[in-house]
Amino acid sequence: MPGPIQSLERAAAILRLLAGGERRLGLSDVASSLGLAKGTTHGILRTLQQEGFVEQDPVSGKYQLGAELLRLGNSYLDVHELRARALVWTDDLARSSGEAAYLGVLHQQGVLIVHHVFRPDDSRQVLEVGAMQPLHCTALGKVLSAFDPVAHSEAAEAEWTALTARTLTDPALFEEELALVRARGWGADLEETWDGVASVAAPVYDRRRMPVGAVGVTGAVERVCDAEGVRSRLVAAVRDCARAVSRDLGAGRF
Amino acid sequence: MGSTPPRPTPRQEPQTSEEHPVTESTTRTSSHGSGPFIAAIDQGTTSSRCILFDRDGRIVAVDQKEHEQIFPKPGWVEHDAAEIWTNVQEVVAGAIGKAAQDVPGFTPADVKAIGITNQRETTVLWDRHTGEPVHNAIVWQDTRTDALCRELGRNVGQDRFRRETGLPLASYFAGPKIRWLLDNVDGLRERAEAGDILFGTMDSWVIWNLTGGVDGGVHVTDVTNASRTLLMNLHTLNWDEKILASIGVPAAVLPEIRSSSEVYGSTGIGGLNDVPVASALGDQQAALFGQTCFAEGEAKSTYGTGTFMLMNTGGTPVNSYNGLITTVGYRVGDEAPVYALEGSIAVTGSLVQWMRDQMGLISTAAEIETLASSVEDNGGAYFVPAFSGLFAPYWRDDARGVIAGLTRYVTKAHIARAVLEATAWQTREIADAMTKDSGVELTALKVDGGMTSNNLLMQTLADFLDAPVVRPMVAETTCLGAAYAAGLAVGFWPDTDALRANWKRAAEWTPRMDAADRDREYKNWLKAVQRTMGWIEEEH
Repeated sequence: MPGPIQSLERAAAILRLLAGGERRLGLSDVASSLGLAKGTTHGILRTLQQEGFVEQDPVSGKYQLGAELLRLGNSYLDVHELRARALVWTDDLARSSGEAAYLGVLHQQGVLIVHHVFRPDDSRQVLEVGAMQPLHCTALGKVLSAFDPVAHSEAAEAEWTALTARTLTDPALFEEELALVRARGWGADLEETWDGVASVAAPVYDRRRMPVGAVGVTGAVERVCDAEGVRSRLVAAVRDCARAVSRDLGAGRF
Repeated sequence: MGSTPPRPTPRQEPQTSEEHPVTESTTRTSSHGSGPFIAAIDQGTTSSRCILFDRDGRIVAVDQKEHEQIFPKPGWVEHDAAEIWTNVQEVVAGAIGKAAQDVPGFTPADVKAIGITNQRETTVLWDRHTGEPVHNAIVWQDTRTDALCRELGRNVGQDRFRRETGLPLASYFAGPKIRWLLDNVDGLRERAEAGDILFGTMDSWVIWNLTGGVDGGVHVTDVTNASRTLLMNLHTLNWDEKILASIGVPAAVLPEIRSSSEVYGSTGIGGLNDVPVASALGDQQAALFGQTCFAEGEAKSTYGTGTFMLMNTGGTPVNSYNGLITTVGYRVGDEAPVYALEGSIAVTGSLVQWMRDQMGLISTAAEIETLASSVEDNGGAYFVPAFSGLFAPYWRDDARGVIAGLTRYVTKAHIARAVLEATAWQTREIADAMTKDSGVELTALKVDGGMTSNNLLMQTLADFLDAPVVRPMVAETTCLGAAYAAGLAVGFWPDTDALRANWKRAAEWTPRMDAADRDREYKNWLKAVQRTMGWIEEEH
């Protein structure tokens, strides 16, 4: 096994120094504190700066820790935070679509429902928060599998149960379907999980454009679909909602 | 993509309904209905907002502007009423501008009425000839009238005016604030007695300005706002002359008390032309109205930094012997007034903020649910957040916060669970007090506010109350209530049944806790509450 890499050791020492008592240090402070040549120190600082681990104050020229370090330490998006951010948008989605709205995230080998808004009629409905749905046949699952590589590999390893006569169980057909989902930016489930039920979903991104979940609506196939497939009005409502939640999470316009 | 720098995720604060984050309306165009619309102004504690609603009660456009919080001394909180009026004009124009962008064919003439909801009790006095406030508005939270209220209680104490007004003598309410201003602003009492000065809570101030100000502005308030002054008799719905004399408020400054839903006048601000100003409701009463709690026994609870629960008690003001406040719920035009019992919890969302900011156990408010969900139960720990004493139903200012039942076994996750349970148990105690006072059992609780996104809390609430908890689809129940009352007044909606039809259930949590478990846990909670009392030794 090779010995430690000197430049990485030095970079680590610089980060520790910047994390210490004084928050901002000039180039010569850093160099002299660590006993390094100024040129070497500057090279390391510039690389760290490019990676976002260090930031340089434009006025004083001094260096401080960068925002990327905070993100590394705090990268995981809490699902309850996701629900809090999605709340108003998913309410609006349920109202405008007239169907039940769901927000799901990847959990183990399936989709965990983290938020559910009732269909806006007065029928008796049960809150499905905490329920699991399969990846290979639901709209939420297909969207996660299409856009999140981790979900994709989980889907490949999951059991492909044929829940209805329409469930895709051939991996090649599933890949074709995912390619279509990626191309269109949304996914559908036409009676592939429950007979008589169709759903449509779109991906939700965080501020780093990572797919963190999927949002969609589910309802009777007669209402969700017309002769052409999923009604375009519903697709638009779902994609509007996904964009709005993503924007609330800090993803840029797209 | 990629040109926009990523922005750090701002912290999610539990918010009261009046502070609920405003959502951009730009992506909603696809689902916008067409006009006509009703506008609602929410003049809140931290900001003023204007929301346009369509006939289905859906949000069409929103604009919001914060105003300065002025803290001249510890315990004093003021607002600049002139700044607030400027902001109100801006947000009305702003919301109309957004609707013009988003709604094809929109014209300001599509706005059929404008309603007002407001932070309650905040008090402003102004010169009727110049329209200038004579002093900053004294905000409801301001405690400068503490000593005055004790003095006014004389030998009777806090309950001196309770039979007439339904309220305890406390510094929140407007009457003592008027007296303070008359006593402390030079020459004001003489000007007031000469009829040159007008008093208003923020509804009156906004309506007077909307309807012309010095040029014929109407000086009115609604029954719900008037019921928070300590000056209105709940039974007659008129100013109580004896109390006016006792507190020292000249009748000449007072607005006319009107219903919550009628045309007070008309306005031409923000590009509007002669639009009826047709409702006023205090914010919590507006939420009761927006949640369509029109039947006796229906209740709503708004979960923000603190929590306000109101129960409709029908046509009779119910006296409280259990620490609640009796207030007017609403009055529609000439119909009989509807009364409500109100209970407030000082610390709910702010306890979660405390866990985040003071304890550092979570980094966002939403994470409390993640932490609390990592354990099955509270591990024997109970958290009573009596940070500034116990409110309803105890009213003990000698109490301070306690975490009881600690053992080596308890982890931060158990504490997080105890934090959420504290909100649910405090709601249960208010609900119990309401049942005792009114004789009406709570059949279901309608909830709104920022904390309703916490699924574990909502389930716990249903479990502890042993009643279903339901969340409506529109989070903005406060503004919606003002819009509903204004729309009713101009015939935009025919009756309250039409409003009920607009109420859509977004989620419902049903109780699934074993009754024996609930009873045991409640007993433990009540024991923990006992341990908070008497912590502060008698001063003096």
